[in-house]
Amino acid sequence: MESRKPTESGKEEVITIRNLYKAFGNFEVLKGVDLELYRGENLVVLGKSGTGKSVLIKIIVGLLTPDAGDVIVLNQHVEHISYKELLALRLKVGFSFQNSALYDSMTVAENLKFPLVRNQRHLTKGEVQKAVETVLDAVGLLHTINQMPSELSGGQRKRIGIARTLILQPEIMLYDEPTAGLDPITCLEINSLINEVQERFHTSSIVITHDLTCAKAVGNRVAMLLDGKFERQGTFEEVFNTDDERVKPFYEYNFIE
Amino acid sequence: MDKNPETSTVLKKEVKSPGKLTRMFLTLYEVYQFVLRFFKEAFLPPYEGKELLRQCYDIGYRSLLLISTTGFITGMVFTKQSRPSLAEFGATSWLPSLVAIALLRTLAPLLTSLIAAGKVGSSIGAELGSMRVTEQIDAMEVSATNPFKFLVTTRVLASTITIPILTFYTGLVGMLGALLNVWLSEGTGATLFFQMALESITFLDIIASTLKAVLFGFTIGIVGCYQGYNSSKGTEGVGKAANSSVVIGMFLIFIEEVISVQFFALFRS
Repeated sequence: MESRKPTESGKEEVITIRNLYKAFGNFEVLKGVDLELYRGENLVVLGKSGTGKSVLIKIIVGLLTPDAGDVIVLNQHVEHISYKELLALRLKVGFSFQNSALYDSMTVAENLKFPLVRNQRHLTKGEVQKAVETVLDAVGLLHTINQMPSELSGGQRKRIGIARTLILQPEIMLYDEPTAGLDPITCLEINSLINEVQERFHTSSIVITHDLTCAKAVGNRVAMLLDGKFERQGTFEEVFNTDDERVKPFYEYNFIE
Repeated sequence: MDKNPETSTVLKKEVKSPGKLTRMFLTLYEVYQFVLRFFKEAFLPPYEGKELLRQCYDIGYRSLLLISTTGFITGMVFTKQSRPSLAEFGATSWLPSLVAIALLRTLAPLLTSLIAAGKVGSSIGAELGSMRVTEQIDAMEVSATNPFKFLVTTRVLASTITIPILTFYTGLVGMLGALLNVWLSEGTGATLFFQMALESITFLDIIASTLKAVLFGFTIGIVGCYQGYNSSKGTEGVGKAANSSVVIGMFLIFIEEVISVQFFALFRS
């Protein structure tokens, strides 16, 4: 499988992270992280479990606060803006959770309507219904519209989770372990969906994963989190063409010959 | 926030976990903020009317069978147990008054609230706790909606509105249980029974009972929501949230009962 190339749409930064620190008690997770996400690209963040990948994207959407450092999303300092401004910013940043986080007590349609009707109160019932059907069609799951989350497979839940974020038409997508716990075929489908979302909705994305097949399939650029910092960034080949003992086992496990 | 990593106190100093007393005060402060936020969110638009109605239905209608059974049995048993004492003074005709006062002043609010603390409080704690650990609350947060308003405000308001209604329903059903017992033993008719019962009840009894039920309902809702909304540590946290909702809820209800009895006694004397 060919790895993807960096985007050529210029170098406009939609997310800039400078010198970011985060600790939980005495456990330091992020130790001076620097990162940029450029408009239109898919950036894959790789790293072992527990290295702070999910913490990083939770800081980006303001679910966690950093101990130090700057997080600038669409030209706004996340840690300095008011709650109202943060809510407005969150409309432009979609977040797809590792376990999909679908609302168990609601049907698929209600899950999708939930953020839409609360953020765009001027929409008519017909317009809301149309928006729901459009995004469900985009993820290929229009037929599940009246189903409950408990009736869906793992892959379907991931897709609905992505659809729920897409309904707000975000500029940035953050995917937390999109292929975790899925079979290889469903993983390929999710990888294709992430690329489709990038092309169809013109989003810039950060994809958190430790699945190298996913990284290779969706990433225009790859950044590897090692010891609390991004020490290796570049194309997939650039990152893994190394003798670094912290990186090699990662590659060998995923692509063992 | 210190932005310079070289001087960051968070990074350079050992983070000490707070002691028991400090933790207790921190928790009290968190509860205070939680209650304050509830009042702020409850009065500020937009309102979640549809969800509020759904919660009222869930809390009220689904507790009816349990409340009816318990209320009826309590009324009947209380009457039966009280009869011998009154019979010693030849005062069995006072049974309707005695039951009415006991039910309205204490038994109905307390019984309804304790049942609700077990059924509703645990259900709220477990539901919100499970939503917290499965990141559903975070999902609401990142989609620019207000999970506190949707989940907490509606549930606390629903239990505050519904528990007083259920309390009067319990009182009524308890009176029916008492009537059955009195009718079987003394042959007293329903009209006479209710006439004697209503004559003994004062306006203060009704006000006191309503206010107590409102307070108990609010307590059940806020405790369940606080425990669930702030739960952590996976499935263990969900169980803990459900359990604490019941235990703390019941404990607070008893404390409030003791205080309210003393308080309303001031108006009776």
